[in-house]
Amino acid sequence: MPTFVYMTSCDGCGHCVDICPSDIMHIDTTYRRAYNIEPNMCWECYSCVKACPQNAIDCRGYADFAPLGHSVRALREEEKGTISWKIKFRNGSEKNFVSPIRTTDWGTIQSPADYAAPGAEEYRNQELAHEPDALNIEGGLPALAPEQLKQGVV
Amino acid sequence: MGLFSRRKTVFVDSDVLVIGGGMAGCGAVYESRYWGRDLKVVCVEKANIERSGAVAQGLYAINCYMGMQWDENQPEDHVRYARNDLMGLVREDLGYDIARHVDGTVHKFEEWGLPIMKDPETGRYLREGKWQIMIHGESYKPIVAEAARKAATEVYNRIMVTHLLMDKTKPNRVAGAVGFNVRTGDFYVFKAKAVIVSAGGASHIFKPRAVGEGMGRTWYAPWSSASAYALPIQVGAKMTQMENRIVLTRFKDGYGPVGAYFLHLKTYTQNAYGNEYESTWYEHTKSLVGDYVDRHPVPTCLRNHAMLEELKAGRGPIRMVTTEAFQDPHKETVGWENFLGMTIGQAVVWASQNIDPKHINPELTTSEPYVMGSHATCSGAWASGPEDYAPDDYQWGYNRMMTVDGLFGAGDTIGGTAHKFSSGSFTEGRIAGKAAVNYVADLGNEPPQVDEREYRALEKTIFQPMENYAVGRNEIVAGTVSPSYLLPIHGLQRLEKIMDEYVGGISSHYTTNTPLLDRGLELLEMLKEDMNHMGAEDLHQLQRTWELHHRVLASESVTHHTMFREETRWPGYYYRADHPKLDDDNWHCFTLSRYDRESDEWEMEKAPVYHIVD
Repeated sequence: MPTFVYMTSCDGCGHCVDICPSDIMHIDTTYRRAYNIEPNMCWECYSCVKACPQNAIDCRGYADFAPLGHSVRALREEEKGTISWKIKFRNGSEKNFVSPIRTTDWGTIQSPADYAAPGAEEYRNQELAHEPDALNIEGGLPALAPEQLKQGVV
Repeated sequence: MGLFSRRKTVFVDSDVLVIGGGMAGCGAVYESRYWGRDLKVVCVEKANIERSGAVAQGLYAINCYMGMQWDENQPEDHVRYARNDLMGLVREDLGYDIARHVDGTVHKFEEWGLPIMKDPETGRYLREGKWQIMIHGESYKPIVAEAARKAATEVYNRIMVTHLLMDKTKPNRVAGAVGFNVRTGDFYVFKAKAVIVSAGGASHIFKPRAVGEGMGRTWYAPWSSASAYALPIQVGAKMTQMENRIVLTRFKDGYGPVGAYFLHLKTYTQNAYGNEYESTWYEHTKSLVGDYVDRHPVPTCLRNHAMLEELKAGRGPIRMVTTEAFQDPHKETVGWENFLGMTIGQAVVWASQNIDPKHINPELTTSEPYVMGSHATCSGAWASGPEDYAPDDYQWGYNRMMTVDGLFGAGDTIGGTAHKFSSGSFTEGRIAGKAAVNYVADLGNEPPQVDEREYRALEKTIFQPMENYAVGRNEIVAGTVSPSYLLPIHGLQRLEKIMDEYVGGISSHYTTNTPLLDRGLELLEMLKEDMNHMGAEDLHQLQRTWELHHRVLASESVTHHTMFREETRWPGYYYRADHPKLDDDNWHCFTLSRYDRESDEWEMEKAPVYHIVD
């Protein structure tokens, strides 16, 4: 449907509603559980599947071209820094994959305001934050000379 | 006001307002804070920046990295690559600017925790191709969003920005933006000294191949609703290369990417009878585009062209030969993780159809056209170039400022800069961020003035579809058919049909001509009139309505640009049947347009192309 929600697993927490980039996961007012209100605007991006604390959301491939009987499940574990995938084919065969998702602890990125403030003379040159050091090259930020740009067909 | 009497108006003051919190927007927020320590930096996003934009799903590669630290490539090399791929026409000043900064951006991503694969022998980033490095990017967007949240003064999620506001005291100066909260229905008025538009390009302006439930599985995200273009177009910013739509060769139905397959796994294509076909179309292609066919690598559009000709000759389906490479377990893992990292829907398609590429060579197809500015195409706003070397024709103010004062752009928004991808879009956001901070500093004590009459009139316009629905719904018993209003899905499907049939979509093999474009414009005009009769049942449908408004305006721009350029510059992306050949004598130039909302007229002009000359 692309994504759908299992009635017995969903507790209506709304994490999927909060994260969906397409604004299509909404809470059903009768059942107080989430559902996909607009399957034809679902990208199968799995943002809701990954965000669901109850693992209540799954995906059934688009009816136009995906025969039934398959499943692609995801388990994203931020503490472990991994995402695990289980693919089941219509014919029953399976494949499993695990990938890292982050090499640092969540929340540890520094604000740009935590770095020393730039000097007044740096505002009108072409260097961006952390340059030239962040480029890891000698000779500073590369530049063209104005005369290197010419009209014509090359 | 009746139904909406409880609607609040929320005013938000800012120094730098960033519209759209995808990759470019996050870069803009980060850099604005670095240089503007005391400024109020506000980011507004229609979804949630944790998973918004084209990278919401993740990525398995960063496609724009020079590797200057290992002397792998220099910025000039990337400019030449993009120039060749786009058949000679890119803003080389802007492209060079991104290329010289992009490595610093990628190094920061790695420091923040993005897992970048390494070559075990050299210790360098693992190359997928000359420009691409491989990552485990499932959390690419959440990582970048964390940096943006730390940098922003405020992030407003779930606000759909519908219009920019202009200064009431100074002509041609931006003053802010308006929109609505898709959860509460509150009306938002953002005042800003500088505005950076970093919204999304356009999916769903041409009819997609899947029109049922699978219409959401477009190549570019369905939430990329052309706000990148509509917002600047509405206020008269000049646009460039809007005709330069892109068609993607991808795995069938899921639109799974082929880059890693071609470049890293060394898979290759063949026709239904097991034959190589690209070389058989060489002379034919050369008769259309001349020496451009001899460039290396072969431009993306020309590879599409060979495939389309082969399909029209009746030798489809085209298949990717994976069964050789996938015998290597490492390559098989890379092939699958490539999809799981950025196009999960392709894994779903293969699982459902029992396609195991170790044993079956999967089908490829060409997608419907898309309009965007960051992949192998370069539609977008006409922007001022870097101060240190951009020619006078390309320089009228601050770097990445459009032809409207105080209005900046990055990512899909800025035209002429193909092949920036995720890292380049973030980098362009950074460039725009620093420039916007300088603009704000130079404004001094002349903050922009918004016009209350203007934003109150816009408020009425924005919420009108809910009134239309509330009134019109009483006329009918039930269902979706009303004589008084159209639902957003109705308007979207009409737009897609017009663009498909008249402006070069899949049903005509991407082919159009002047009479077709003329008729397309007539039908678009009627659609624009009907857009005053949209009905929105709820706030979600109101969001869809305004996304459609943005798509319609961008489509009109695409159609005018396609009409103006009387040649076929990019066979494989689209064909002007009445001008079937590339014409460097008359069209080695950029196309520019300016929309005047008072007269509803489009003005077209040419602008020169400057190349880096050795």
